[in-house]
Amino acid sequence: MPTILMPALSPTMEEGKLSKWLVKEGDTVKPGDVLAEIETDKATMEVESVDSGVVNKIIVPEGTEGVKVNAPIAVVLGEGEAAGDLTPQPAQRAPEPVSAAAVAEAVASPTPTAPAGVAPVAILEVASDPDLPAGVEMVEMTVRQALNEAMAEEMRRDKDIFLMGEEVAEYQGAYKISQNLLQEFGPQRVVDTPITEHGFAGLAVGAAFAGLRPIVEFMTWNFAMQAIDQIINSAAKQLYMSGGQVTAPIVFRGPNGAAARVGAQHSQDYSAWYSHVPGLHVVAPFSAADAKGLLKAAIRSNTPVVFLENEILYGSTGLVPKVDDYVLPIGKARIARQGKDVTIVSFSMGMRYATQATEKLVAAGVDVELIDLRTLRPMDTKTVIESVKKTGRLVTVEEGWPQGGIGAELSAVVTAEAFDYLDAPPTRVTGKDVPMPYAANLEKLALPNVDEVIAAVNAVTYRS
Amino acid sequence: MARKAAAKPAQSNVPELTKEQELAAYREMLLIRRFEEKAGQMYGMGLIGGFCHLYIGQEAVVTGVTMASKKGEDAQITGYRDHGHMLVMGLDPKGVMAELTGRQGGLSKGKGGSMHMFSNEHRFYGGNGIVGAQVSLGTGLAFASKYRGDNTVSISYFGDGAANQGQVYESFNMAKLWNLPAVYIVENNRYGMGTSVERASGQPDFSKRGISFGIEGEQVDGMDVRMTYDAAKRAIEHARSGKGPYILEMLTYRYRGHSMSDPAKYRSKDEVSTMRAEHDPIEQVKQRILEKRYGTEESLKELETEIRAIVTEAADFATSDPEPPASELWTDIYAPA
Repeated sequence: MPTILMPALSPTMEEGKLSKWLVKEGDTVKPGDVLAEIETDKATMEVESVDSGVVNKIIVPEGTEGVKVNAPIAVVLGEGEAAGDLTPQPAQRAPEPVSAAAVAEAVASPTPTAPAGVAPVAILEVASDPDLPAGVEMVEMTVRQALNEAMAEEMRRDKDIFLMGEEVAEYQGAYKISQNLLQEFGPQRVVDTPITEHGFAGLAVGAAFAGLRPIVEFMTWNFAMQAIDQIINSAAKQLYMSGGQVTAPIVFRGPNGAAARVGAQHSQDYSAWYSHVPGLHVVAPFSAADAKGLLKAAIRSNTPVVFLENEILYGSTGLVPKVDDYVLPIGKARIARQGKDVTIVSFSMGMRYATQATEKLVAAGVDVELIDLRTLRPMDTKTVIESVKKTGRLVTVEEGWPQGGIGAELSAVVTAEAFDYLDAPPTRVTGKDVPMPYAANLEKLALPNVDEVIAAVNAVTYRS
Repeated sequence: MARKAAAKPAQSNVPELTKEQELAAYREMLLIRRFEEKAGQMYGMGLIGGFCHLYIGQEAVVTGVTMASKKGEDAQITGYRDHGHMLVMGLDPKGVMAELTGRQGGLSKGKGGSMHMFSNEHRFYGGNGIVGAQVSLGTGLAFASKYRGDNTVSISYFGDGAANQGQVYESFNMAKLWNLPAVYIVENNRYGMGTSVERASGQPDFSKRGISFGIEGEQVDGMDVRMTYDAAKRAIEHARSGKGPYILEMLTYRYRGHSMSDPAKYRSKDEVSTMRAEHDPIEQVKQRILEKRYGTEESLKELETEIRAIVTEAADFATSDPEPPASELWTDIYAPA
């Protein structure tokens, strides 16, 4: 195989920057020689040569951004190989983890996946958010940038805000959400912690008792299970137990939900867990605009906030309003698309499946109303109930397990509050009731998908 | 400094307290003792529910430490054996007792209970029900002190049982790593609930628990308020001067059970009565006051009467104050924006 392909450095990597070539055309290389340095939003790594040979052609020049995984970047000819057909081979379809992410990415990408001849559904019209002034300029950015901007803006505003967590400072964040914050705010306000979730979560809550406003980054929410006692017993209950005296203004944030191919202990959705707890606000944004506006709101909140991000969504882009201070209300759902046939409710990563399904369903003539909850506690059930009263049908979509899930809660609420309006049983699309398997095929089966959402809608609209 | 067990007699180089300090310590400790006795009595009458962990026997610890601290400026936090801490820090005994009885005039409006009382004004942060959690929280209070540069110190109390919790060591590490002004007080009362230190701890000398983090520690006679005061002064000064955390192991003893429902079958009655007879923290001060003529039997009796009146007033309030209105169920869940 003379063609060197852009490697994936992590299960969720989709593209990266080819930052530097360490060889030039004509160089002889042997196994283990470093050919190039590549950089992603998460890390920088070296590409080593696997075979012996001569660098025949460098296809992607250094400094190129957005090089897709598995794209050919160079040709190295082995002994006896002729410089014959140098046409770059088409990029191979990446194995499962990347394709899963790529499918999800496609929804947010500007390229419509709907069948030809059907107008793409305008689903992510953030500008229609009622809280925005008309004609505001929109800037395209990733969810990652949006979160980063939210923290930076708030930290500029209030010096009591500090960020704490593993690798948030010198490493610039395990997922680069805190990039450049150390440079701007210094080590006193961007604090690298030891790997001690239980301890530093408690420490941060204590600092919040004393009036500081900590942002605690968990490298992933999976590790926050070590700290869940401090989140619930110390932070969430403090105001109540103290008869309203002591607040804990703190944000716990980090990636939640399934990543890709990281197995059972690193792939789970804590949405329902935390949404169960009075005294917490639980936010789970999908779009870049919501990520920014809601994180700023979370940091300003005097109530402890569990802010659930999603690793796969970090790299997805969206339009964010360019206003001085973009703060969204916590506890308010967004109607992503208005319709009258069926109500689909989702949040965070589930919105990808829901959005894509909506595009297909609308193309097939089903007038879907799509609601992005955005906040899971307090939950905007009013918006959902009003919608179901109009459509008579509810389908919920989430990555978490079914029992006691967000969908289960919505089903109960809608059954109680809009029973007479229902034309079909509320139906849940969830992650399967199993620990996350590692095998690519099984993982795919364990997660919800677009077809399941469509099937659920077909069932409640009696179209199947 | 002093490394000695609680059961040993006081040594020669014992620091002396002034007349005012001795009298103040006596008064504080007596208030705790009488308050706790009353609480125990009221618990028996069914006026106090749930858990009720009494501080009787350990009075010299919090009294000496608080005397050495800047009251109202330095933060303090403890576990659930917290009534004594609140009284010494100056919280209203009526509010404490009414919280024990779950009344609207309680410090937490009756919504916290024995284990959950707080005061921003007095910088007392509880009152925490989860064993060991207060150590991380207290380290965070120290973090806030350093962040703000306000020259205050955070004092975290925890028991010999909590000392085996993992987050305690996570906190030690960060406190030393960042040189936080944290003073850790291990109130070693010999039993984590019903399990003796010897049956629970591989290293029963808790003053050494910071060694692997480079944190200095001392074992202190926690029954002698002169010793607790003197050691706390050193520890607090160490922390306040920017040298980082410090551990004091206070060798103390609780006369009562772990909580009210504790049958106390894990120790002999002799053990308890010996401690009471020979090491009672309040009796020690009383003897010194009389010997040094800081007071007379008469004046101490007057003080006793005064304390009893305070406790009686607290108990009366706590039994006559109404329960919180039902509407309180739904308040204080989310903080105002």
